[in-house]
This record gives sequence, C-alpha cells and structure tokens, in this order.
Amino acid sequence: MARQLHARRIEGIDKNIWVDFTQLAADYKVVNLGQGFPDFSPPSYIQEALCKAVNGGCSMHQYTHAFGHPPLVSILAKFFGRVVGHEIDAFEDILVTVGAYQALFCTFQALVDEEDEVIIIEPFFDCYQPMVKMAGGKGVYVPLRPVSMEGGKALTSADWVLSSEELASKFNPRTKAIVINTPNNPLGKVYKREELQVIADLCIKHDVVCISDEVYEWLTYDGAKHVKIASLPGMWERTVTIGSGGKSFSATGWKVGWAIGAGPIVKHLKTVHQNSVYHCATAAQEAVAQGFQREYELFGTPESYFLQLPEMLNQKRKKLATCLESVGLQPILPEGGYFMISDISSFKVDLNDPSTQDEPYDYRFVKWLIKEKGLATIPVSAFYSPEHRKDFQNYIRFCFVKEDSTLNAAEDILRKWNQGKDVH
Amino acid sequence: MFLLIPGISISLSQCAMTSSRHTNSKRIEGLDKNVWVAFTSVAADPTIVNLGQGYPDIPPPAYVKEALANAAAVDKLNQYTRGFGHPSLVKALSQVYGKVYGHQIDPFKEILVTVGGYGSLFSTMQALVEVGDEVIIIEPFFDCYVPMVRMAGATPVLIPLRLRSNKETSSVSSADWVLDPEELASKFTSKTKAIIINTPNNPIGKIFTKSELQTISDLCIKHDTLCISDEVYEWLIYKGHQHIKIATLPGMWDRTITISSAGKTFSVTGWKLGWSIGPEHLIKHLQTVMQNTLYTCPTPLQEAVAQGLLRDYELMGRPECYFSSLAVELEGKRDRMAAILQDVGMSPIIPEGGYFMCVDVTPLSKIHFYENSYSKLGQANSKLGQANTKLGQANAKLDQATKQAWDDQKWRGPVSVLFNSR
Repeated sequence: MARQLHARRIEGIDKNIWVDFTQLAADYKVVNLGQGFPDFSPPSYIQEALCKAVNGGCSMHQYTHAFGHPPLVSILAKFFGRVVGHEIDAFEDILVTVGAYQALFCTFQALVDEEDEVIIIEPFFDCYQPMVKMAGGKGVYVPLRPVSMEGGKALTSADWVLSSEELASKFNPRTKAIVINTPNNPLGKVYKREELQVIADLCIKHDVVCISDEVYEWLTYDGAKHVKIASLPGMWERTVTIGSGGKSFSATGWKVGWAIGAGPIVKHLKTVHQNSVYHCATAAQEAVAQGFQREYELFGTPESYFLQLPEMLNQKRKKLATCLESVGLQPILPEGGYFMISDISSFKVDLNDPSTQDEPYDYRFVKWLIKEKGLATIPVSAFYSPEHRKDFQNYIRFCFVKEDSTLNAAEDILRKWNQGKDVH
Repeated sequence: MFLLIPGISISLSQCAMTSSRHTNSKRIEGLDKNVWVAFTSVAADPTIVNLGQGYPDIPPPAYVKEALANAAAVDKLNQYTRGFGHPSLVKALSQVYGKVYGHQIDPFKEILVTVGGYGSLFSTMQALVEVGDEVIIIEPFFDCYVPMVRMAGATPVLIPLRLRSNKETSSVSSADWVLDPEELASKFTSKTKAIIINTPNNPIGKIFTKSELQTISDLCIKHDTLCISDEVYEWLIYKGHQHIKIATLPGMWDRTITISSAGKTFSVTGWKLGWSIGPEHLIKHLQTVMQNTLYTCPTPLQEAVAQGLLRDYELMGRPECYFSSLAVELEGKRDRMAAILQDVGMSPIIPEGGYFMCVDVTPLSKIHFYENSYSKLGQANSKLGQANTKLGQANAKLDQATKQAWDDQKWRGPVSVLFNSR
C-alpha cells in the first residue's frame, strides 16, 4: 500500500523487552530468573477453584457482566473495603480487567489527553512509558536515588529515595497524573507512609490523579508495611489503585486484574473497557472470587496465602541475595515484590557479540549471560526513561519467585563463573 | 415498567465532588453509552425470557470444557505465555486456517490472539486508524464499530443494506438486503482508510456473496483501502449458503485483517478469545497495540482452544466436526424461531447465517397475549420493540448519519432476536 499504514499513536512503542527477552530465553536453554512469573504451582485451592468453575453451569462459559463478574466485584469490594477502612461500592468503584496491565491501559486512555504530563518515578515497570505515549501524554521522570552506602552490607531498596524538592519541581499545571508502584518493580521499594504523604500532599495541592500500581501488595519482607496511598486523607477521590489476581495467587497466566477507585473516575475507565475488550473471561473471574472469599475469611491468620506466600518468598529472597553477594554481584535487598536488582559494575566481561554492539551495557551483559552462561535475567535500563537510560546501565534484575531448584541452578552457574574469571 | 433508558445511571458514590480536571479524556467523549450494558441489566430480571444478548444457554461441547480443566491442572499453563498468542494455539490456528485459506499462514507473524473478536477489532482500529481517516461501515452493524472508529479519532461513514424493492415482506431472507454498488462506490474518498464488513452479519444474518465481496474488493483495490472483515460467525452457515473470506479474493490478502472468535466457534463466549489473521506488515502493528494494552491473553484458555481446534481440524468436512454440527443444530432453532414469530403475526427476516434474526414488529399495533408458552416470548419481543424506539430517542447526540438511520422508519420496526437457545 502506498499510504502509511499504521496509526501514529503506535510510533516509537514497537520495541518491547518482554517480547525480545522471552523469545531469547525460549531460544536458549536457560535457568530463567528473567520474566516475573513463578515456576512453582499456584496454591491448590485456587487451581481447584478454576476446575470447579470450568465444571460449573453453562453460565461459567458465557459472557458475564462487562465491568466485572458479580461474585468477584462483590468480594473485592468487601475485602478491600476492610483493608482501607471504608465502604467500596462493588458496581461503581471497581473495574475488572485483563490483568493489571489492562487496568493501567484503561486508566491512561481514560484520563490522559494530548499534552498532559504524567510523572513517572524511575525505575518503573516498563509499560508506563509507552502507555503514556500512546495516550498522547508526556512522561516526566523523577528518579529514586540511593542515599547511603553501608560498607560491606547490602543496600536495601529502602535506601533508594525521592528528593522531595525534585519531586515538587516536576508538578505544573499540565500535570494530569503521577504513577507510583509499591512494592516497586524492579527495585522492590515499599514506600513508607511519610513518603506517600509527600506525594499525596503534592497531588492534592496540584489537583493531580494518583495511579497506584500495587500488584505486589501482599509481598513485603522484614517488617515493611504496605500502605495504600488511597487511604490517606484526601486521596480516595483522586486515586486509581490497581491490583492483580495473577500476582496475588501466583497464577499470572489467568490475567485477572482490577482498578479500584472513586466511582466518578472509574466510570471513565469503564468507558475505555467497554470500547476495547468489553468483557473478561468468566471462569477465571469466578475462581479468583473464590480465592478472595477464602482469603477474606483467613485474613491475618497463618493459613492465609497472603501471609504464606511472602514467608516462602522471603527465604528465597535471602538465598538469592547471599548467592549474589558471594560471587561479587552487589544485590540491593528488596523490601517487597518479586525482584532483586544487582550492580554488575564489578563484573567485567568481554562482550564480543557484534549483534549487540549498539545496545546499552546491561542489555549486552544480559544477552551474553543468556547465550554464554544459560542464565536469564532482565536489564534494568529498560525500566528507565529513554532520557535517563544511559545513566543506569549497570544493573540487572533477578526474579526470585522460583522453585529452590531453579535458584540452586542459578547459584551453580554463578559460582562456576566466579571461580573461572577475573574480578576487577 | 422495568426498562432502563440507556445512559441514565444513578451514582451512589459518596465521595467528595471531584475536580473538573478528573474528567474523561477527549478520545472517549460521548462513548460511555452502551446498549449491552443497558440491556443486560434489563434482561437480568428472571421473569424475562432472554433472547437478547448473543450468547448460548446451551452447554459448550464437553471436549472443550475438559481441555480447559486439563490445562488448569498443569502448573506451567497457569503462568504467562507468549504475548501474541500461546504457541500451541497459533500453530493450531495456522493449521485450521491454512486449510481454509488454501495457503500457509505463519503462526508467529500472521496471527494475533486477542481478548475475543472484540479485542481484535480494537487492536485493528488502534493500530491502523487515526484522526483524519474515514472508515466505511455497512448498516446494520455490530454496535461497537462506530465507537471504536470514533475512539481512534476517525470518522465513520455509513451505508445501509436495503431491502430489494421488488420483495414482498411475507418471506424475506437476509439475502434480500443488499448494498447499492453505486452508493457504495460514492462512499470511498481519498480519506477512506478502511471498510468494515461483517459476514455472516450481526444482526441481520446476511452472508455476503462472492460477487458482493468482489464489488467491495474492487473498490478496496481501486482506492487502496484496508478491509476489516469480522467473521466471528464464519462456521454458522445455514443450508444453501457458503461463507467466503474476502481475504481469499485476488489482491485482498495484503490489505485485509480477518477476525474470528473462539467464543462463537465453540459456544464459549465467556472465554473471550479471538484472533486476527492477516499479512505480516499489518499484523505487526496489531501486535504493537497488544504489547501496549494487555500484553497477553489467559494461558489455560488458549491451550484449551488449541486442543479444541486440533480435534475439529481432524474432522473438518465431516458431520461430526463441531464447525458443521453446530450450524446444523442452530438451523433447526432458526426455523423454529421463525415459525414462532410468524405465528404471532411478526415478519422475520430469515438469516442465512449467524446467531440472530431480525423481526419487523411494526405490524403489531397492540400486544397480543396468548395463554400458551409463547406468551412470555411475545412480551419480551414487544418490550424490545418499545426499547428500540426509546433507544432511538435517547441517542439523539449520535453522529448525524447514525441518527439518520434511527430516524429511518425501517429501523424503528425490526428487533433483533437471538435464537441460539434451548
């Protein structure tokens, strides 16, 4: 065809690290600590819930309500109403989406216009930048920076903080929204109440919407407490809080997520939803509803998966951190989430792969690690804006939400490599 | 009276008044009304016999449900799969459609798996349509086409199917509703980016003939436009008719996106899986949209659809193949529904394919109540008829062209009835 085929809205957003790195990990036989999904099974009760839904009546296989299967939105309203301490209307304040990813998409499409600015805190889950771009908005970036170096001891994600002045300077009359992610991917930072208060004060002062990606909300370690910014005074009416069934129940392939917020804002997300996918799969929603029903009753007790999972992952987190330290990779111990990032500056390798010559150092390192050592990770510069990527090429991200056997295999690879190389 | 007027909702939110800065983005201005959202709540009343929304109340085939139960039991199949489509699914699609199209289809470059046929329509629109474009839409159309075109910033250009003038109303089929070739040609301009066709058509059930598709494709080629072919009902073809893929006509593969639905193929609308098939240079743009909207579709559902397709691929062309047996089953229901409607004095348009039958209710000047089991059907239909009129009134803000269609007397009458039921 003679004319330009594609719409301009998709220009510059055709590259995607997951597409690239998932393919690479599949092409080579790797120990995969790259993409964020468990390689262990979801809890048996949730798998059973899906089987039960599949064998349920005809209605389980046909369209349900567009904005969320009634049993699911009802239990989400009840569950999260208790968490935030006020009533949530199941049919006004909640939208069920195809994963948290689609909730993010609906939020940006619903609220961001051409020329709107959206503040994004770096490092960030990579999709925020292209989604803002696709909505015609402009990403304005403010980085978390490490503030203390404790000699010999691993840095933690708590040591990476925002400068309040720098953050304040990013707000202006064109600022439509700020995106926060807590616990953060890839760093694992869990924002403290005081940190959220600084953000909240600015949102209120400048009348800005807060998009709070909380998919890892149950996964906090070492006593870190997950705080919902929507529960701070003045924030409910201006916050969209995004959650994930996939991350809550270790079933990322189900793609059930949700956006919770004040009705007048959520209704716009619903408009996008009804004009894009319209419904989400019924049986998966039914199963997640059953999962939440069980968790509602067991909340705070040792049988709650939302306590068991972080306990299990805490052990894996420590195991991986120890392993990385022992081979000279400097991990930043995460307070929450699925991931740990590690400083690779001390690991000099001869990256003689001409196919990656023009790429950032961490991309080249990760590809080399996949091809030469059979270990898959993700380069952290992918989680930075195009403007700042070049300043953050020395970190790679590991997912520790894996069977111990996978972590052991990774350990073997790193140990062998360390024994056989020069460390500068 | 239970009817909800579409678009009027009562907000029970108790939050503080939100600032005007938290209003919707311009792209969704005026797109909040939705006929399904309105009518699903109406039909939820248990005293109503629901022949409204398009989903079966008959069970899906057992092997498809079993495939899902089996997939759910495999750990790996509960985690993320490939973004553009689960490998076993795109390979199965490549097999089935390779046979249908008569040429090889690359599973990784020429197929995108989406959240239902709906998701494919959205991905296509977002990928290929933008401000300044015109998109030709044939009326009557599945309602989402217009809002999706508008959300992409483009202008819908409408052209109606019309009943052949020499047709008596007593025995009308969807084949009697045709396009005027000159009128169609006049709709193509230098701004026309695409034309959307839906065959078999929802709501009227028309299956476009080869010569009708040839007329459309000649214009697409002449004006260098794309064709978006919504073929979700592709297997539901009744006796004496043949489904033709416009993408198989000369010169069309390179400019056509063909959309299908697992939900409609296997009677599992609640699985929300569909796919787009087309040339790599178009599909790659839909894939870009996918990776920036929801990234991937649910894994166990995709695996189950793959298993279903492989089973039916082996049986293609035989009566036991679900693609054929479902059509045979529904044809019986179609004929029964037509008889019921004729019995109560209405004039159905017999569909050549699909899930639906349009019925002209204008002959009914008052509601007739029968003491037999058809009385509820009569009530449901008459209420739908009244709703149709109210819908026309409530949508006064729609594009002038669309409003014109509502104002047209023909469209106050017909009501779409689903016959894919027990």
